[in-house]
Amino acid sequence: MIKIDNVSKHYGPFQVLKNCSTEVKKGEVVVVCGPSGSGKSTLIKCVNALEPFQQGSITVSGVSVGDKKTNLPKLRAQVGMVFQHFELFPHMSLTENLAIAQIKVLGRRREEAMDKGMKLLERVGLKAHAHKYPGQLSGGQQQRVAIARALAMDPICMLFDEPTSALDPEMINEVLDVMVELAQEGMTMMCVTHEMGFAKKVANRVIFMDQGEIIEDREKHAFFETPASDRAQQFLSKILTH
Amino acid sequence: MSLDLNIFFEASPDPGVTYAGMLLSGLAWTVALALLAWVLALIVGTAVGVARTLPFKWLVMLGNAYVEVFRNIPLLVQLFLWYFVLPEILPAAIGNWIKSFDAPWGPFFTALVGLGLFTSARIAEQVRAGINSLAKGQRNAGLAVGMTLGQTYRYVLLPMAARRIIPPLTSEFMTIFKNSSVALTIGVIELTAQAQQMNEFTFRTYEALGAATVIYIIVALTVNQLMALIERKSYIPGLIKQER
Repeated sequence: MIKIDNVSKHYGPFQVLKNCSTEVKKGEVVVVCGPSGSGKSTLIKCVNALEPFQQGSITVSGVSVGDKKTNLPKLRAQVGMVFQHFELFPHMSLTENLAIAQIKVLGRRREEAMDKGMKLLERVGLKAHAHKYPGQLSGGQQQRVAIARALAMDPICMLFDEPTSALDPEMINEVLDVMVELAQEGMTMMCVTHEMGFAKKVANRVIFMDQGEIIEDREKHAFFETPASDRAQQFLSKILTH
Repeated sequence: MSLDLNIFFEASPDPGVTYAGMLLSGLAWTVALALLAWVLALIVGTAVGVARTLPFKWLVMLGNAYVEVFRNIPLLVQLFLWYFVLPEILPAAIGNWIKSFDAPWGPFFTALVGLGLFTSARIAEQVRAGINSLAKGQRNAGLAVGMTLGQTYRYVLLPMAARRIIPPLTSEFMTIFKNSSVALTIGVIELTAQAQQMNEFTFRTYEALGAATVIYIIVALTVNQLMALIERKSYIPGLIKQER
C-alpha cells in the first residue's frame, strides 16, 4: 500500500531523512516512534507530499508521490491524515468540516455528504455536537472529529502524525479507542506516536527512527522484547518506565 | 467668534445651489471616490496579498515589489504621477485618449486609480499577514483532504484570514475616505474642495471647515459601525474566546 524506498530529504545543508526505506502493506498498522527531531513527522508528511523530498521514491497504492505528473489532490483525497493539532476548519461547524471536502473534492451531493458526516460523528460519539464549532470542543473531541473528517473521504489508508501528543492526559484514551477500533476493522495505518500501549495492542510492526534514519523496523514483539540497537533500548527504557 | 449657521442656506455663486448643497455635492464625490477606490483596492490588494503567500518565488517577488512601490511613494506624488506624468510617457494615442476625458471625469478616474492602488498595497500587506498568521497546519489540512491549492485558499485560508484582518481593514476603510481629500489637488471637487470654495466665497472659515469636519466624522463613524456589524455577523462561536 505505502512503499518508501531510499528516501532522503534536506533542509539546506541539514539532512532530515537519510535513506529511509519501509513498507506498509494493506491492512497493516505500523507505528513510527523515536526521539523528537528524529524525522518521523517529516517522513509521514512525505507520504502524502505535504513535505517534498529530494531523493528516493514513495508510492501509495502504486502511485508515485514524488512524480511531478501525479495528481496530488486526487492522491491525497484517498489518504486520510490526522494532525497533532487537529487542524479542523475553525470557521465551519462540525458537519461542514466533514462535508466540505466530500462535496468540493469528491463531488458528492450535499445531502449525501451531510448524511455520511453525521454517521461518522455518531461513530466517534459526537453526534450531539454536530452543529457546534471546533472552538467549542475539547481537544480530545476535536481530534475525534478530525479522524471522522479523514474517514469521510473513504480513504484507502490513514496517516496519524502524533495524534495524542497535544492532548491532556485524560483525553488521550478517547482518541486511542477510535484508532484501535479502526485498526481492528482492518484499516491500513501509519502512526507516528509515543503511545506504546497502542503499539502493543494493534501494531503489526514498529519503526524506530533517530536522527533521520530508520534504525529498527521490526515485528512489534521482537521490537519490545529484544530491541537490537542501543538507541532503541535507551528510548524504550525512557518512555516505558512510567 | 460667533457661528452663523444660516450661511449654509444662502445661495452660493452656483445658480440655484445653497452652500449646504455645495457641501453635499462634495460629500457625494467623496463617497463615490472612496467607495469605488475601496472596491479596486480590495480586489487588487487581495490578489497581491495572496500572491505573496503562494509557493511560487517569482510571484512573491513580484508582489513584494508592487507593495514597496505603492506604499513608499507619497499618495500626493502618486496622484501627480498618474495625472500629469503618465499620459505624457505613454504612446501619444493612449496619452491623448486619457487626456480626452473632461473634468470631472478625467480627474475622478485618475484619483480613483491612484487612491485605489495606493490603498491596495496596504491591503495586500494585511492580507498577507492574515494568511501567514494562520498556522501552516491549516494549509496542510486543506491539502490533505484533497483540496487543490486554490480550493484551500477559497474555503480554508481566506475565510479565516478575512475575519482576522477586519480590525486593520476598518482603519484602512476609514483612511481611504480621509485620503480621498488629496484628490482636490488634481481637480476633483470633493468635500474638502467644496469647503475650501465656500470659505473663499464667504470668509466663513469656521462654518465651512467645521461642517466638513463634522461630515468626515459622521462618515468615519458610519464606516466604523458597518465594519463592526460585519465583524459581529462573521463571529465564530468558540473561536475568539479560544484565541484570547
